[in-house]
Amino acid sequence: MRFLFKTDYEDDIKLIPHSGYLVSYGILLALLLIAPFVLSSYLMSQLVFVCIYATVGVALLILTGFTGQASLGHAAFLAIGAYTAAYLQKYNVPFPVYFLAAGALTGLIGALVGFPALRLTGIYLVIATISFALIVEEILARWESVTHGNEGMRVKTLSLLGVAVPRDSPTFYFLCLSVLVLTIIGTLNLLRSPTGRAFVAIRDSETAARSMGVNVALYKVKSFAISAAITGFAGVLFAHKLSFISPEMFTLQLSIEFIIVILIGGTFSLHGAVLGAIFIVMIDPFLTYLKDDLPGMIGGIAATFGAGPATAGAIQSKVAAFASLNGLKGAIYGIIIVLFVLFEPLGLYGRWLKIKLFFQLFPLYKRATFKRQKIYVKSERNR
Amino acid sequence: MLDFVQQLVSGVALGCVYGLIALGFVLVYKATEVVNFAQGDLMMLGGFFAFTFIGMMGLNYWIGFAGAVAAMALFGMLAERVVVRPILGYPQFSIIMATIGLGYFLRSIAGMIWGTDDLKIETPFSQGVLRIGSLVLAYDKLSVIAATMILCTLLYLFFNKTTLGTAMRASSENMLAAYYMGIPVKRVVSIVWAISAAVATCAGVLLAPITFIHSNVGLVLGLKAFPAAVLGGFGSIPGAVVGGVLIGVIESMAGFYLPEGWKDVAPYLVLLAVLLLKPEGLFGRHVRKKV
Repeated sequence: MRFLFKTDYEDDIKLIPHSGYLVSYGILLALLLIAPFVLSSYLMSQLVFVCIYATVGVALLILTGFTGQASLGHAAFLAIGAYTAAYLQKYNVPFPVYFLAAGALTGLIGALVGFPALRLTGIYLVIATISFALIVEEILARWESVTHGNEGMRVKTLSLLGVAVPRDSPTFYFLCLSVLVLTIIGTLNLLRSPTGRAFVAIRDSETAARSMGVNVALYKVKSFAISAAITGFAGVLFAHKLSFISPEMFTLQLSIEFIIVILIGGTFSLHGAVLGAIFIVMIDPFLTYLKDDLPGMIGGIAATFGAGPATAGAIQSKVAAFASLNGLKGAIYGIIIVLFVLFEPLGLYGRWLKIKLFFQLFPLYKRATFKRQKIYVKSERNR
Repeated sequence: MLDFVQQLVSGVALGCVYGLIALGFVLVYKATEVVNFAQGDLMMLGGFFAFTFIGMMGLNYWIGFAGAVAAMALFGMLAERVVVRPILGYPQFSIIMATIGLGYFLRSIAGMIWGTDDLKIETPFSQGVLRIGSLVLAYDKLSVIAATMILCTLLYLFFNKTTLGTAMRASSENMLAAYYMGIPVKRVVSIVWAISAAVATCAGVLLAPITFIHSNVGLVLGLKAFPAAVLGGFGSIPGAVVGGVLIGVIESMAGFYLPEGWKDVAPYLVLLAVLLLKPEGLFGRHVRKKV
């Protein structure tokens, strides 16, 4: 185990604290680069979704995790990015232009949402972002001259510098991956800049930040704009991946999924966003596995433990019936959210940190290290 | 003019349902500063319980109603014990997420148990209309309005005149101080959740003749109850009902007089306007910020 001793500010803000980071992330990147030549096309498709979800997760992390502004409206930003791309594509605008235009427009709208949000905190902000998302959903369904309403819009194949990039091709995967990597590196740089420090200061205490001379209003709007712009970029990729978009894809459910991404991953680290994205995208294949393979396996186990063929068959069919129940995915989401909030508020990355710390401090590890501070709240209404 | 009155009455009836759900939010928020995003789903579950008692077991309407309310009160206590109590006193974001998760879970489970078809309960009010001149008012809508008024009065009296109500208000202002003064804060929170689930059940059962019972009804109506609660000022009981009625009237007027599409958006536009102009709501207390 390596201990890092930081002696000055330069040590504190290094992007790569020591060579171990370089090795492990290099290996990860190499694995991701050879992935399209090894994995099946289905898994590749899931990997693309992981990249897109992780990009949105990072965006949401900047807003919710680092600035402390909870938002349940990110599906709307994703939708704006996706629809901008689809609309501009109709007029043969090249990809780089509409990619940037989608980000710029979404960022602008994000800033506009940020202004009213300045006066709102906590629960009021959540409600305001929910209503923003619902209004956007309704506009998408009604503004038929641009969005084609509920019929949805077809998104043409992406063409980059005159070369067509189909949504299943490795090139498209590399594009999504590079957007994700650039977003992560950009966010890391943002977080060590004065702007990022101001974000964290606002999260920790708005009053303290203001008294240190941070322009709270400006940085809150900035945070909204940056977060929305990144989500807009992800929206363009999302539209191309799906090749068809319609308003009912961008519901409150999707916003909640994004929140689940950062909640499961851990709301304080960029690793968390990626881990959460992997988790949420992989629920679908997991459910398929549950439906197809698990009943047979449990039946087999029952048979080996001496159950007769009839009993084993009955168990198998019961498990199959359970696994193909309609609302199973929703129930799993619900249980996962509640369990993570109750038992692992730091998320998967927090669990990893605990394991790491356990081995670092081996005989001296104390469970109380990560204990949450409980406060008996005074009324927020008087604050 | 007749159209207007007709729309007004159906708007008020719908608004009363929003108001009842908002009342549930407000009760929990008032006592514990927790916003229960699963309130609409508690309402949905209450409707399903009532359906089980009345529609499937064939009990008398009133007995089934009371049974559903009692069962849901117990369920509310259980939900508080399992989900909310361990994280009471942690940041609001955790609690919001936990209740969103609870809502998700309840919705899916209800879909699994009762199926995804629209269900209906036969109530004493589901048939028959009251005629005043050429104005036709359906009993089911009038029953919602009457029940909301009764419940609201009861809750108002409970909060302002009884010891338990005073204890609830005290523990909402300052939990630790309330605990030092001998108020069993945990039990108070538990009772608040029971009451709020019971109120939600009333809303669910009253709603049954108007919209059907369906596992997604809670989400749709629960989202409409937010504008109601914010409009009235989060934390004010009369405010919740007035806000609900206003939202209901706005919605039904927008549906009637404005082009298609405004109906669903109007409540949220009003909500955003209220948040911008008067964030403390119509009945909220304006408190000066102290550092």
